[in-house]
Order: sequence, then structure tokens, then C-alpha cells
Amino acid sequence: MRTEIRYGIRDMTWLKILIGLLMTVMIVLSFMTEKPVADFGDEFRIFYYHVPLAIVSMLAFLVNLIFSVRYIRNRDPLDDIRACSASELGLLMGVLATISGSIFARIAWGSFWNWDIRETSFAILLAIYGAYFALRSAVEPGQRKAIFSAVYSVLAFISVPVFGFIVPRIYNSLHPEDTLISSGKIALGGTVAVVFVLSLMAFLLLFVWLFNLRWRSVYLERFVKERGYE
Amino acid sequence: MNPRQTSTETAVRSPIRSCVSSSAKACFCLPLTRIMKPRWGMCGLNWAGKLVALIVKDFKVELRTRYAVNALLMFALVTLLTIGITVAGMPLDALLHAVLIWILIYFAALQGLSLGFIREEEAKTAMNLRIYASPGTVFFGKFIFSCLVLLFLTAILLPLYYILMRLVVIEPAIFILVAILGAIGMSAVTTLISAIVSRANMRGALFAVLSFPLVIPLLIVAISATSVCLGGPERISLADSLQIMIGYPVVVLAVSSLLFEYIWSA
Repeated sequence: MRTEIRYGIRDMTWLKILIGLLMTVMIVLSFMTEKPVADFGDEFRIFYYHVPLAIVSMLAFLVNLIFSVRYIRNRDPLDDIRACSASELGLLMGVLATISGSIFARIAWGSFWNWDIRETSFAILLAIYGAYFALRSAVEPGQRKAIFSAVYSVLAFISVPVFGFIVPRIYNSLHPEDTLISSGKIALGGTVAVVFVLSLMAFLLLFVWLFNLRWRSVYLERFVKERGYE
Repeated sequence: MNPRQTSTETAVRSPIRSCVSSSAKACFCLPLTRIMKPRWGMCGLNWAGKLVALIVKDFKVELRTRYAVNALLMFALVTLLTIGITVAGMPLDALLHAVLIWILIYFAALQGLSLGFIREEEAKTAMNLRIYASPGTVFFGKFIFSCLVLLFLTAILLPLYYILMRLVVIEPAIFILVAILGAIGMSAVTTLISAIVSRANMRGALFAVLSFPLVIPLLIVAISATSVCLGGPERISLADSLQIMIGYPVVVLAVSSLLFEYIWSA
């Protein structure tokens, strides 16, 4: 731990106000505009919350991987704190995405869990980061804990692309991909695309804000504990 | 003094030089030694000699007590008997047989694979190994040892399963190949995890949890290939699953051998 206190973005008032505005506009629009896909009922509006959450949680896991690699290279304790905070938020958002998807699945496809491609691979992704926290709690605090969790994070990430090859061959997809993405292009109607992009932006900024808060608070906690201030 | 504590020192002194002849050194070891960058240790063996010495040492230590292999075999047998008694001769379809076989091997492997590094930590001989051999040598030594243990286990379990569960194997050659590849792959994928787990608390449970995401791709293709050999439907083509069963462990092994040094010196 270095001697000086290091801050991330210190003044986040503008970011908070922006997120508040974006979220409000997005939530209102998601219920006021036309339905995203005509075939489904109003329950499909959960799409505006479910998909951005899933995307942001995967980005959070990517952030965790990047900081883990940086930790292995530089051994900066801050990178370890950042990696851990990123995967905490990723897990939180991943669980929320799974729950929202499950609720939608119950209404649209008849059961909470259907062993769909996305469901299966997401469950495995959540298991990886669940195991990451199990490992972190099983090793005594210190450099060893940081290096073990960083190495595990890198190692576990190898298996993620493999699921892209294997899982689609076994499990059928129920996700309405063709309605949203056809031949690599996002085929959404005008207002739907606007609301979706707004919601994605809102959740991304929410992640940035929470991530910044989280790693700074963990860092300060550790700093205070090491210096013995109470 | 506990005989296990001196295991590393006594076992590695057995000269292995005789089994690696000088000509074999010249043509096989030289290019590899450049990649592996060996630390020339006190015994004067090159890395290949040390690798063999480590594996021989592990076998010697195991044969002195035999508690690991005994517990492992009994665990596997009891699990097999539980499956056999509860199924009670009912005909199962090919996929179900494949799932049972691989879950059996996986859980038996979970009990045994962590023994390599955990034993070193418990007998406090890990520091000895660090002085004696380079991280790469230790890593591959442990990998090959766990590989051999798992192959031995599979070689006992599969015939017993065949007899007890009245298995009908349509393609015996590929079935055996898949079993061998699966056992090797499983130990390749879990070697680094066992090194991590050996220095944490709650080892058994943690090992299962940590190895799950890495083992799952291997298990999926192994189960699919086995079920094809038993006459099941071909959801993943046999060629594809064999490719994944060879390629995936190689990738994991390569990354693990790069990352092992950080774990070993932490």
C-alpha cells in the first residue's frame, strides 16, 4: 500500500445527476412507447432492463480480467481492489439479469429455467465469479490472496470462449435473436432503438459510478485499517 | 522424525541419470532446455531428469502409506455401488450411462487430484521443491503424476462399470480413447487449481467449486463422445468432440504453466 491516498474521480456530482436524469427518462420511455416486438405482450418491456444488465455485467467481468492481468504484471494493490470491485458489481448485475430473464421466461416460455444457450453460459459465468469470491474468502488477506484470485480470474476466463463453440450445439436458443439482431445488424425500430441505447448508457454510467465508489471505499477502508485510524 | 517429511530428500537422490542416456539428452532435451530455462540444482540433473525424479518420488511417497490411493479407490467403488444398487439393473439409455460414468470419474478425481500439492504443503516439503527444481519442472511433474493416478483410477472404474451396469459398447476403441483423453484432460485442467487450493482453507469444497468452470467444457464433450460410443444420438460430432478434448486441455495447460510461477512463488 502506497503512503498517499489515491482517488479515482473525486467529484462525481455531475455523473450522479446525469445518471438520475437518464434513468428517469429511460424508465418513463420504456413504459410509454410502443411495444418492442409486436409478437410479445407488454412483458417484453423487461428487455430494456434485462439486456443492458447482462451486457454491463459481462463488461464488468472483462474489467475484472483486465485489472487481474495488470495486477499480475505490476503488483499494485489498487489493481487487486479494482478487480475485486468490478467482479462484485458484475456478479450483482449478472444475478439481476438472470432474475429478470427468469421472470420473463416464466411468462413468455412457460418455465423459469429452460436450459437455453444464453441461460446456460450465463449460469457458468456466474459460477466462475461465485468461485472467485469463494477463493478470496478462503485465503488469508495479503499479497497471496491477491495473486491467487488474479491468476484464477485469468485461468477461468479461458473456458469462456470455449462455451461459444460447445454450448450452442447442445442447447437450443429461445432468445428472440432474429427479431433483434438479423445478419449482424441490430434491427430495432426507431423508438425502441433510442430507448435501448438510453438504457444501455444509463446502466453503463451506473456501473462506472458504482465501480468508482466501490473501489475507493474498499481502498480507504484498507488504508484506515493499516494506519490504525479509528 | 516422520518418514514423510524426509520424502523429498531421500527420493530424489535415486539417480535417474541412467534412464536418460546422453544421446537422448543431446537430441531431445537440448532444444527444450532452452525453452524451459532450468536452474541447475544441487543434484546435477537436467530438467527432464528432475521431472522423472519428481514423479518417481511422488509414487514412492504414495506407496509408503497408500492412504490416498486406497481412499480414492474406495470412494470410487462406493459411488459406483450406490449407482448400481439404486439403478438395480434397469436399462438406461446411452446418454444417461455416459453422464453417470463421467460424473463418477469427475468426483473421484476431485477427491484425489488435490493430493499432489496438498501433500507437499502438509508435509512441509514444498520449500524443498522450490529450492530443488524450477517451477516448470514441478508443474509438469505434478501434472504427469496426477495424470497417471487418474488413468489408473479410470482403468479400474471403467471395466467395473462395464460389468456391473451391463454396458453395451458399440465402438470400444473410441470409447477407450475418449476415456484416456478425458482423464488426461481433467488432470491438465485441474493442476493449477490444485496448486492454488493447497494453500487455502476449506480445500475439498474449494477445489470442487474452483475446478467446475474449467472442467465443464471437457465434461460436456466427453459425455457427448461417450454417449455416441454407446450408441446414443450424435449431438456434437465425434470428430469435433475429440478435437476439443485434445485442444482445450492443451490451451489450459499452456496458460497454467505460464501462471504457475506466480502461484508457486507467492
